[in-house]
Amino acid sequence: MSVKVMIPTPLRAYAGKKDSIEVKAGTVAEALTALTSQFGDLKKHLFSDDGRLRSFVNVYVNDEDIRYLQKDQTAVREGDTISIVPSIAGGARV
Amino acid sequence: MSGYTLKISQELMKKIHAHGVETYPHECCGALLGRDEDAGREVLDLLPLANRRDDSPRNRFEVTPDDVRLAEKTAREKRLDLIGWYHSHPDAPARPSEYDRDHAWPWYSYIIVSVQKGEPRDTTSWRLRDDRAAYDPESIEIKAH
Repeated sequence: MSVKVMIPTPLRAYAGKKDSIEVKAGTVAEALTALTSQFGDLKKHLFSDDGRLRSFVNVYVNDEDIRYLQKDQTAVREGDTISIVPSIAGGARV
Repeated sequence: MSGYTLKISQELMKKIHAHGVETYPHECCGALLGRDEDAGREVLDLLPLANRRDDSPRNRFEVTPDDVRLAEKTAREKRLDLIGWYHSHPDAPARPSEYDRDHAWPWYSYIIVSVQKGEPRDTTSWRLRDDRAAYDPESIEIKAH
């Protein structure tokens, strides 16, 4: 299945300066693996050292947050759009 | 020095300061909309946002993915880009904390305004390094108009 992965602006420099990448995948996990195999520098910005998606990286299939679907096992169909959406956090003290 | 420069008008900087004063002693946050071109990076508009961290708003801020999508959409409608974020550090220096770095994204400009006893003080801007190890300071160039 060919799906489109939308790359947010801060990560485009690590994805050949493209705003979207077409990958072949049956699930969100497969799509992200295909994406990071092609663009290795994306990995550290998407995944923590234990290989899990960073907590402030959000993934949508079409307009649905995968946390409310089957997370990274969410199935994707031909023509679906996967969006990587940042959430932003910070603060003065630890 | 990193060599990064962020241009912003005096008027928009005053709005960031006013937002930090308004939400004091809580942190304020908002999106920086503008352009990133060969000639440089410039803030041309702001989108003030609600701090979603109501459990610890004095030393934390959070912008939800829905608000990020709103900021991206607002930027597109204005034919601008979402180029970064601002937030305040109430009664704390205008330097990124370890928590800031852990949660930061590369490429974006992060403006931090220190608000001491309700008054805006130092204002700085930062960009996360590619390897996520540290921030580089970004000079702020205030334009009269």
